[in-house]
Amino acid sequence: MSDQPKVRIRGLYKIFGEEPKSMLPHVYGGMGKPELLDKHKHVLGLQDINVDMQAGEITVVMGLSGSGKSTLIRHLNRLIEPTAGEILVDGDDVMKKSQEDLRGLRQTKMSMVFQKFALLPHRTVLQNACMALQVRGMDVAEREEEGRKWLARVGLQGYENNYPHQLSGGMQQRVGIARALTSNSDIMLMDEAFSALDPLIRTDMQDLLLELQVELHKTIIFITHDLDEALKLADHLVILKDGAVVQQGEPQHILLNPNDPYIEDFVSDINRARVLRVRSVMHEGVEGQGIAGDVSANDTLEQVIAFSGGDTSNNYRVVQDGEPVGFLDMTELVKALVPRVSSGDRGAVER
Amino acid sequence: MARYESIFDSLGLRDWCDAEAEEAPMSMAQLLAQTQGDESLAEGERLPFPSLDILHEACARIGQTRDLTEGLENGFLSIRNGLKAVLDPITQPLSWMLDGALWVFEATPWFVMMPILILLAWAVSRSISVTGLVAAVLVFFGFIDHYNVAMQTLSIIFVCTTISMVLGVPIGILMAKNNRFQRIMIPLLDLLQTLPTFVYLIPLIFLFSVTESKLYGIAIIMYAIVPVVRLTDLGIRLVDQDVIEAADAFGMSNRQKLFGVEIPLALPNIMAGVNQTIMMSLAMVVIASLVSAPGLGVLVLRGIRNLELGVGIVAGLGIVLLAIILDRTSKAALARVNVSQNDQR
Repeated sequence: MSDQPKVRIRGLYKIFGEEPKSMLPHVYGGMGKPELLDKHKHVLGLQDINVDMQAGEITVVMGLSGSGKSTLIRHLNRLIEPTAGEILVDGDDVMKKSQEDLRGLRQTKMSMVFQKFALLPHRTVLQNACMALQVRGMDVAEREEEGRKWLARVGLQGYENNYPHQLSGGMQQRVGIARALTSNSDIMLMDEAFSALDPLIRTDMQDLLLELQVELHKTIIFITHDLDEALKLADHLVILKDGAVVQQGEPQHILLNPNDPYIEDFVSDINRARVLRVRSVMHEGVEGQGIAGDVSANDTLEQVIAFSGGDTSNNYRVVQDGEPVGFLDMTELVKALVPRVSSGDRGAVER
Repeated sequence: MARYESIFDSLGLRDWCDAEAEEAPMSMAQLLAQTQGDESLAEGERLPFPSLDILHEACARIGQTRDLTEGLENGFLSIRNGLKAVLDPITQPLSWMLDGALWVFEATPWFVMMPILILLAWAVSRSISVTGLVAAVLVFFGFIDHYNVAMQTLSIIFVCTTISMVLGVPIGILMAKNNRFQRIMIPLLDLLQTLPTFVYLIPLIFLFSVTESKLYGIAIIMYAIVPVVRLTDLGIRLVDQDVIEAADAFGMSNRQKLFGVEIPLALPNIMAGVNQTIMMSLAMVVIASLVSAPGLGVLVLRGIRNLELGVGIVAGLGIVLLAIILDRTSKAALARVNVSQNDQR
């Protein structure tokens, strides 16, 4: 059970159009998105998606608008019906569920946070937070206690009897998160949950989410178009382009080894010092030449540079949970700060 | 005269045309031509449009236009008994409700009725100015001896609006949920809304006795139900799709969605529809008094028939006052719904 991914997506296809099923043979035969649109007037929304989402991890699906990321997340609770493929949640195929079972799944196993908050405007904050429990038919006193608890947890005590439109965007999204947490589901789907918020509030909310995650160990599927956000939150990063997965894996790994020009473009713009961590650039094993001090494996490179005072000649011992796990060559660190660019671009730089 | 005879001849239909030739009644054109006595003009210069009457002259088998209207009438008369047998029992409760409401409004003494109405206005609007307006208008009606007729009108409005809501809101919801049903209903609603109001009355008079109160009840409801149906449909369709999606994502059943999300969010629109329904049933009250509806309309009618200028104008203004207090009260209720719920996204 522990080895089995919480959510497993296998060969998922979504085709929009009049007769999506009849287009499947073409797509299986390797026809691409533009060709399908040209010849058959069908839009290939998602193309052979295979992703495993581990329990207790944050899986971030990142892509630009139109890449199919919002479509993908809606397949997990079947707000959108797939054309082909399977989605296994705890080993159960969501596709095979009856409407009744599907509602049960949405009520108890999966909760969702929306980009535009989607709170019920005619209900108070507390009633909104209790929505999932109310749908399940829990009695008022019990569900309100639960609702109050989670509202307090996201920092909204005292606002229980306000209406959503009386709160700011950030606070409304806190209600959205409280609503998802109150349902006590293992899986949280977050569809661009922070995209509508301004940058400072967004950072706050990201911190809140990470903080909650340390306590709760939910399986979170997070959709975003913002790479910084993706790198900050992700345990597992999936990059979508035109409805297909371009690369997936550990975010640090993707950052250091982008396998596609599209991703290189993406990663070239970010502040690598703040995102990369010592564990990604260190050498394994314990070697002891010119060790100038200890750094933690989870420190960002920025922290190490500040710690070293800009001196690149030093080596540092890397420590994790009190155990030495490797050493860090400052020269390597500096090299890692330069994005690996595709060959064409490199030529341009040399000239 | 007959310019189109040659066509029937060339088609070889002459025998068929003449087979049943009999002396049909003259058409209006013939009659006019006869009385004016210059047939040559009609025949010589112009090619008449091949209407039923003209074609009838060329071929006696083809009916005249008057046969069309006559056929419609005969058709209606032939199904009348069957229709009556079905509709009579169904609509009977409407008569009871109208008569019952009329009795209640008339039998309750003014010193009980007025406070009840004023309290009702307060309960619905929660506005001192609106409640004050209602009180002033009611007192004014009493003062000019129009209190009883105003109450009669009010009782009719009350019953007809209630029934319009009870029928109209579910129909509107069904329209919002089902595109095909909406496509069927929209022309029907257009028809109900634009058909001249007197035209409702003609078939109704054939069906029911003029002394039955359901006759005017049906006419008012058919006319007034349209806005509440339309705006319910619109309101439900306009509910924010994101919120609907959230309701789905948390596993709401269709029933929970309808009563917990869609209707509450559509309420401002539904209330606007109710407001319009009230106004339209009030507009229909005068016409309904042609078929024995009591109330202010009777006085307006008396004013027209006997050219009693003062009676007509006072009753007419009375209807306006009634309209104003009903409108203000229902609008205040609408505003209250709006404030207690909506952010305007």
